[in-house]
Amino acid sequence: MAETRTGPRVGLFVTCLVDLFRPTVGFSAVKLLEDAGCTVAVPSGQTCCGQPAFNSGDRADAAALARQTIAAFEGFDHVVVPSGSCAGMIRVHYPELLADDPAWAHRAQHLAARTHELVSFLVDVLGVTDVAARYPGAVTYHDSCSGLRELGVKAQPRALLASVDGLELRELPGAEVCCGFGGTFCVKYPEISNRMVEDKAADIAATGAGTVLAGDLGCLLNIAGKLARQGSPVKVRHVAEVLSGLAADTPAIGDTGR
Amino acid sequence: MHSTAHSFPENSRRALENERLQYMLRKSGTGFQDKRRRAVERLPEFEELRDQGKAIKNHVLETLDVYLEMFEAKVTEQGGRVHWCRTAAEARDTIAEICRKAGAKTVTKGKSMIAEEIAINDHLEAAGFIPIETDLGEYIIQLRKEPPSHIIAPAFHVSKEEVADAFRAAHTELPKDRPLGEPRELITEARLMLRRRFQEADVGITGANLLIAETGSTVIVTNEGNGDLTQTLPKVHVVLASIEKIVPNLEDAATVLRLLARSATGQEFSSYTTFSTGPRRPGDVDGPEEFHVVLLDNGRSALLGTEFQEVLRCIRCGACMNHCPVYGAVGGHAYGWVYPGPIGSVLDPALIGIEEAGHLPNASTFCGRCEAVCPMRIPLPKMMRHWREKEFERKLQPPAMRRGLGVWAWFARRPALYHAAAKMAIRALGRLGASKGRFASLPLAQGWTRFRDMPAPEGRTFQDLWAERRGGRRG
Repeated sequence: MAETRTGPRVGLFVTCLVDLFRPTVGFSAVKLLEDAGCTVAVPSGQTCCGQPAFNSGDRADAAALARQTIAAFEGFDHVVVPSGSCAGMIRVHYPELLADDPAWAHRAQHLAARTHELVSFLVDVLGVTDVAARYPGAVTYHDSCSGLRELGVKAQPRALLASVDGLELRELPGAEVCCGFGGTFCVKYPEISNRMVEDKAADIAATGAGTVLAGDLGCLLNIAGKLARQGSPVKVRHVAEVLSGLAADTPAIGDTGR
Repeated sequence: MHSTAHSFPENSRRALENERLQYMLRKSGTGFQDKRRRAVERLPEFEELRDQGKAIKNHVLETLDVYLEMFEAKVTEQGGRVHWCRTAAEARDTIAEICRKAGAKTVTKGKSMIAEEIAINDHLEAAGFIPIETDLGEYIIQLRKEPPSHIIAPAFHVSKEEVADAFRAAHTELPKDRPLGEPRELITEARLMLRRRFQEADVGITGANLLIAETGSTVIVTNEGNGDLTQTLPKVHVVLASIEKIVPNLEDAATVLRLLARSATGQEFSSYTTFSTGPRRPGDVDGPEEFHVVLLDNGRSALLGTEFQEVLRCIRCGACMNHCPVYGAVGGHAYGWVYPGPIGSVLDPALIGIEEAGHLPNASTFCGRCEAVCPMRIPLPKMMRHWREKEFERKLQPPAMRRGLGVWAWFARRPALYHAAAKMAIRALGRLGASKGRFASLPLAQGWTRFRDMPAPEGRTFQDLWAERRGGRRG
């Protein structure tokens, strides 16, 4: 059992989208972390990082959710998040959000310093260089905005994907361009969001890859939804599903596997 | 300029349906981005330069009054005159008065976004003057009677065929058989026409990329040389500038200029960088007899000391819009006021009010590319978020969105209840979506399902499955 391990104690922040839509991503994270020697716990006091409130100008609810998350994750060596966007919220924005709250400012900073996006944690903190997974065929990779620009996640997923047996990575043209998800943006300005994800879908198709991967479920739901609407055969998956090997047992996002 | 920022959703829908505009936007593609990237790669100290630029402007904004008064003293000492204008109306009246006193008929104009901000051309026309834009892009849109769609490439949205049409309509002496199919032919035609205007002009108005406190100089950068002809040929030169353009000295000006062209067009330096220091002195071979600087505030000083102060570091390079996927999708006109793109999404609400421009700071995915390329490191997404906070505080957002957010937050703040409710809802939704793996339509999610399917959830929440896996013990 996990409790007998001696490695770093990691608290997994599942993220609300993974919790609701794609638990496979959470179990992929658990497997990758346990394979790398971590003891993983999933505090039940977590819900959402508060980003929807924060980005809608509702600072009070955002701060309340930040405090709730901080309280739930104290006592771990590291907090790991299978999303650049939610990890960025904790790392970059919690300290800023609670800067004027004397009781919480240092706790926010303390959590921020220990919080990592999953794949960059595996590579940069644990020094993982390869994974025992097989995923035959060509894949392409979309760099989700927050992970890329707030946390510098770029080389790490590519390094681990290179170790996946049978996988050929084809670089996506415009990989660093936003897919048009943007949280509530995609429903507030659906036509603009659609134009952006259409461009993304066209770039994905141009690679000829059979699968597109990314590190954020929001982007993946958007891209998968567009590709499905277009009748595209391209599979959409979170990068952790491929790295953990769990992709073999689960249908791709928006698929039935039949 | 009359604002249509409140109609951003309709404006952007029209822009997306406008095939010609979409063609132009896609054609320009990553041109500006590639040029900037190559320029930055050639300059190893570019990141350090950005830090210096930011520090210069931060320092200036802390002591703006001191530098502006220094600047005024220098301008006056050299025989020029500074006019302090609080509002657009004051600036318009001041300029019209200068033109009247000069007995002007034709007024040539270099490119200036402040001139757009105060809609000086309309005002001069109404007062009986003939304002002529001399920047080619500005000239084209003046003929087409439309606002610029980009701060450094005002006719960014106009095809060369449309330029030819505009010339044929306006240049009545142009023989019908003169070919205007090629850019070179268009430029020749514009040059012939503008040369006459340069010689006729009684007053020349330019903007300013920089004001230098130490020397009382104003600086413009252009690639066409039109600014030089605008300011040296007429008897009177009027510089129209906003107060935050000031830098302490020539060295600081050089730092900003090194950042400006690289960020804007990927050039190391613009073709022309022109310093104006007072009117013509005895012994000078050319230059205006009068030199006026119209210093405009128009709401900027009200940003000092607020969470929006940093936006005043902007040097108007356009890099943020060149890298913005929303700007790239809808173009500049959709934003509805003078400054489009990310800088406009922060600046426009400050200058024309959040009630009018509330959509603009919302029309961003917070992808962060604007901040990543801003030479002045302005945290544009953060400031857009501050505008959203103002909207939230003042209950300006759509009631349905506020309610939805409120219900979600209420649950999210109660983890036990949230997990129990999520468990039931996801089981139900998962069963509904199990056969297809996705939904083509969902009530309450039309914004999503109009253009894309909604992937179905796998059917159990992670917390539900984790609790089961841990034998009921929560980890």
